[in-house]
Amino acid sequence: MTTAHATETHKRPNYVMIWLYLFVLTVAEVALAFELPVSRNIKLLLLLILAVWKALLVALFFMHLKFERWRLRLIFIVPLPLAAILVTVAIMEKVF
Amino acid sequence: MTHGTQVLDQMRPPYPAEPGAGVYSSKLGMWVFLASDVMFFTALIGSYIVLRFGAPGEWAKPGAVLNVPLTAVNTFLLICSSVSMVKAYAAIQDGKKYFLRPVPGKLLRDGGLKFWLLVTMICGAAFVSVQVVEYIKLVGHGFTPAGFREGSLLAEHAAADPIKYGVTVAGLYGSSFFTMTGFHGFHVTCGVISMTYLYFTKVLPEKYSPQDYRGIEVIGLYWHFVDLVWIILFTIVYLI
Repeated sequence: MTTAHATETHKRPNYVMIWLYLFVLTVAEVALAFELPVSRNIKLLLLLILAVWKALLVALFFMHLKFERWRLRLIFIVPLPLAAILVTVAIMEKVF
Repeated sequence: MTHGTQVLDQMRPPYPAEPGAGVYSSKLGMWVFLASDVMFFTALIGSYIVLRFGAPGEWAKPGAVLNVPLTAVNTFLLICSSVSMVKAYAAIQDGKKYFLRPVPGKLLRDGGLKFWLLVTMICGAAFVSVQVVEYIKLVGHGFTPAGFREGSLLAEHAAADPIKYGVTVAGLYGSSFFTMTGFHGFHVTCGVISMTYLYFTKVLPEKYSPQDYRGIEVIGLYWHFVDLVWIILFTIVYLI
């Protein structure tokens, strides 16, 4: 198994470029929240998209999930639908 | 070797992997812990969403109570610490155990593991410090987990503009804000303490090598996760 691991190779991501992306996205978020004259719902949607985008950059490149095996990725991915169910059920409890 | 041309096995160092997920046990343990932490923060964020959208009144407008520019800078600080963490990881993969080393023909020195991990620790400690200053100022101005303190500056402002400051739900706002950011701050503090421990017991004595840098990889995963959570919290708590 060790030998097999050593032969699988990946190109190292450009971490400084990802840092720049994160910086630009953070500035965009703050500008969007305070400066952009759009409706509240659109603003909410855009802000959430930006936040998920940033989180994905961190998870894929800094935590190297992009280069991991699916068996390991699943450990991190499985709680996400459960988390979505938890929040949805809690909201439905409130709505109905 | 440059980043662009360097080809290497990113996350599979040449030490024995456990069967199953195919990684060594402490890394698997960290991933399982992070998965459980996802659920922990989901419970907090889910409660916040339910409280906010089910509350009998409007939440305070973004920036009315909280200092968004300061926190945006703090967010950037945490992002910088994530980059320095991953640079520390890359440094030890390349066998750079040193602090700084001159590069012929270049003005800037090349940073090694000791340098980048120290930068990460400083950025993390600075993040927590800014958060503590923010708490002190908020409480000083009258924003507490129970809402606006009577007779405080914020209570006066809120009385003048109750909608902007979300007076009717100030208690919910205060409790959820301090709970979520407090637990996150606790995670950051634990990360800084762990890195400091590793720095003095493993990094300075040069116990890590390109063949075995498990501690750096595992603490790195934790640190990036803390950054990831803050990215979500910053948007949800400060900007929406």
